[in-house]
Amino acid sequence: MDKNILLAGVGGQGTILASKIVAGVAERAGLDVKVAEVHGMAQRGGAVVTYLRFGQMVNSPLIAEKEADFLLAFEKLEALRWLSYLKPKGRALVNDQEIYPLPVLTGGTTYPDFQENAQGRTYHLIPAREIAQSLKNPRGINMVLLGFLAKMLTFPEDAWIFEIQKRSGKYADANIACFQAGFKYGT
Amino acid sequence: MARLMTGNEAIARGAYEAGVKIGVGYPGTPSTEILENFVKYPGVYAQWSPNEKVALEVGIGATLAGARTLVTMKHVGVNVAADPLLTLSYTGVNAGLVLVSADDPGLHSSQNEQDNRYYGKLAKIPVLEPSDSEEARRFVKLAYDLSEKFDTPVILRTTTRIAHTHTLVEEEKPLEVSLKPYSKNPQKYVMIPGNAKIRHQVVEERRKKLLGYAEITPLNRIEEGEGEIGFITSGISYQYVKEAFPKAPVLKLGLTWPLPEKLISNFAEKVKTIIVVEELEPYLEDHVRALGIKAIGKEIIPRTGELNHQIVKRAVLKYLGEEELEPITSIDLPLRPPVMCPGCPHRPVFYTLKELKLTVTGDIGCYTLGVMPPLGAIDTTVCMGAGIGMALGMEKASPEFAKKTVAVIGDSTFLHSGITPLIDMVYNGGKGTILILDNRTTAMTGHQPHPATGQTLMGEPAPQVDFEALAKALGVRRVETVDPFNLKELKKVIAREVAAEEVSVVVVRRECALLPNQSREPLTVIEEKCTGCQRCLKLGCPAIAFKDKKATIDPLLCNGCGVCAQVCRFSAILKGDDSLG
Repeated sequence: MDKNILLAGVGGQGTILASKIVAGVAERAGLDVKVAEVHGMAQRGGAVVTYLRFGQMVNSPLIAEKEADFLLAFEKLEALRWLSYLKPKGRALVNDQEIYPLPVLTGGTTYPDFQENAQGRTYHLIPAREIAQSLKNPRGINMVLLGFLAKMLTFPEDAWIFEIQKRSGKYADANIACFQAGFKYGT
Repeated sequence: MARLMTGNEAIARGAYEAGVKIGVGYPGTPSTEILENFVKYPGVYAQWSPNEKVALEVGIGATLAGARTLVTMKHVGVNVAADPLLTLSYTGVNAGLVLVSADDPGLHSSQNEQDNRYYGKLAKIPVLEPSDSEEARRFVKLAYDLSEKFDTPVILRTTTRIAHTHTLVEEEKPLEVSLKPYSKNPQKYVMIPGNAKIRHQVVEERRKKLLGYAEITPLNRIEEGEGEIGFITSGISYQYVKEAFPKAPVLKLGLTWPLPEKLISNFAEKVKTIIVVEELEPYLEDHVRALGIKAIGKEIIPRTGELNHQIVKRAVLKYLGEEELEPITSIDLPLRPPVMCPGCPHRPVFYTLKELKLTVTGDIGCYTLGVMPPLGAIDTTVCMGAGIGMALGMEKASPEFAKKTVAVIGDSTFLHSGITPLIDMVYNGGKGTILILDNRTTAMTGHQPHPATGQTLMGEPAPQVDFEALAKALGVRRVETVDPFNLKELKKVIAREVAAEEVSVVVVRRECALLPNQSREPLTVIEEKCTGCQRCLKLGCPAIAFKDKKATIDPLLCNGCGVCAQVCRFSAILKGDDSLG
C-alpha cells in the first residue's frame, strides 16, 4: 500500500504525535516510511504541516502538489491551505473547528468560508472537538481524526491500538476511546 | 530491526555507536535534538556551551585528551565557531572530532540561508552529506574513522529535511573505543606562525590524500540507469532526483569536499548531459565546471529556498522542452504567522516599547516575534548579540539615538554573545539601554537550560549566573530588575533608563509561559463594560478576539498573565488572580 498523507494544523494541536502513530502502524506492516516535520517558529501558534509517506520504497520525504491521498486537517483554514496538495481523487478529513489566526483576531482580514473554497473536493467534516470533549478528553482531537483516517486505510485495528498505547502514557485509555469514536463516526 | 528516527536522532545514535564520549553544542534549529538524544545514551557526557565557539573549543580539548567528540550547531552557529574551526584544521585532532552543521534551506527558522559546504572548502576539512537518517547514522561512524585516519576534523552537513525527517534506521552495537593517550606536541598544537606554516603544508598534503580517498570511498557512488541525462547530486537533493527521475543515471556524492575528480569525469563520459541538482549555492556545479565538464545547474534549479521533487521535475522537463506539468492554482488565504504565546512575558515589553516610540535593536529568539503586527516593535535583527553593538553604533553615528533606542536580548542569547558588546558599550562611553528579557530558559529551541537556569544538559544542578551582578562587574552602574507583568512599573523604568546619561541594563524577568507548574486562572471580559475600543487587541494576544464589537477571551487559551486587564481603560477585563500586576 503506497500512500501520501499530509497532516496540517496549528502549533500545539498534536499533529506530530498523530503522524508518529500512523508512521508506527505503517512500519509495523513492513513498509518503508518517511515523515517530515516542521519545527522551530511554527511551534509558536503558527501553521504546522507534517508530510507522511509510506510504501515499498519512499525517496522524497516531501509530498508535492496534487500528490496526497489524504489530507488530515486539524483546523479548517489549514485544510484550505493544503487542499491543492490532494490528488484529484484524494480526500480531506477535516476537524470542524476554526482557530483564528492573528490577522483575523485583530480584524485585519476575515476567516474564509470552508465549504465555498472546498467546492469540487472530496472532504469529510468531522466534529472531532465535540467528540473528544464528550469523552472528557479535550486534547484527544488528534485521536478522533486518526480513527477516521484508520477506516480509510487497511491496517489492522490492533496495530493502531498498540501504537496509540505506546505513545500516550497515562492518556492511553482516553486516547483509544477517542480513536474508536473517530473510527465509528459516520458509519 | 529497523526503527524510525529523525536525522538528528540517527546522528546521536551513530555517535554513540562510534564510541563518542563527549557531545557539546549550542541549541539551534534544526540541530538541537542531536545532543538532546545523545545525552540519553549510557556512558556519555554532553553539555550546552554558551555559544558555538566555546562549544567547539571544548570539543577540541576533548579530542586532544583522547575522547571521540561530537560538536553540534546550526549553520549560522558555524560562523561563530569559524575562528577555532579554521585553525583546528591545522592542528588536526587526536581522537576523532565531528562537527555537525545543520543548514536550513527554506529558512524554516533562521535569519539566512547560507550554504556551509563552503566551510569545508575554506577550512580544507572533509564534508559529508547524508541523504536520510540511516545514512546519517552510518556517515557519522565513517566520519570518525576518516577524522582519525587523516588527522582532521570532519563536517557532517545536514539540512532541515534530513534533521527533522523520520526514516528507517538500523541499529548496531556501540564500538568499544578507549581514550587515546595525549602527548605534548607544541609543533602540532601551538599555532604560532612558525609552527602554523609547517602545518599549512601538512594540511595541503592531507588534501591530496583526501582527494585520493574521495575517488574510492563508498560515500560516492555511480548509480547506473537509462537515458542520456545524468544527475550529479548530494544530500536530500538525491532523494528528489530519485523521486522525479527514478531510472536516470545518478552520481551520488556523500563526500562533498574534496570532490572525486576522476569519478565525476568517468560519470560525465557515460551520459550526454549532466544536470547538477543541489539546494542553495552552485557548490557542486562550480567544481564540476572547473573540471572542464559542461553542466546544467543553477540556470534551471532555484538558488534560493528548499527544493522538492516536483521543483526538480518541472525544471528539468522545461529545460528539455517537454510538456510541462499543469500549473497549480492556489487560493488567497489569511496567513497564520507564529505569535508570542498567551501569557508570554515578552508581549508587555514590546507593547511598552511601541508606546514609548523607541527604536529597538533586536536579537534572535522568541522575542524576535516582537516584529510581527500588531506589536511591530523591532527595528533590526541580524544575529545573536548584534543588537547591543548596533545600538552603540547608532548612537555613535547620531547621538540622539541614545535617548530613543533600546537593545533587547534574551537570557540565553545574552550569555551567548551579549556580554562582549555590553563591555564595548561601557568601555567606549555609550549611553544605551539594554533590556535582558530573562524568561529563565532558551525558549525558542524548546527550553534548553543555560548557565543562568541552574541546571545542566545532564540534568545536574548548576550555579546560576547573576545578570545584575554580572552587569555591575562589567562596569554598568545603572542596573534594574523589573517584572514585565507590571506594566506601569515596566514603562516607568524603561522611560527613565532611556533618558539616563549612561549605560543602563534592565533585567526584565518573568518565566516563559510554557515552563511547567504555572497554573494561572484565565481572565474574562465583562461584556457590559467593554466599549469595543480594541485597545487590548494591540497586545496581539492569541487568546483575545473581537466578536460582535466586543473583546472576548478564550478561557482555554488564556494564561492569566493579566496584562490585558492593565491595558483596558474601562476595567472591563477581570483578573482571576489579584496578585498579578
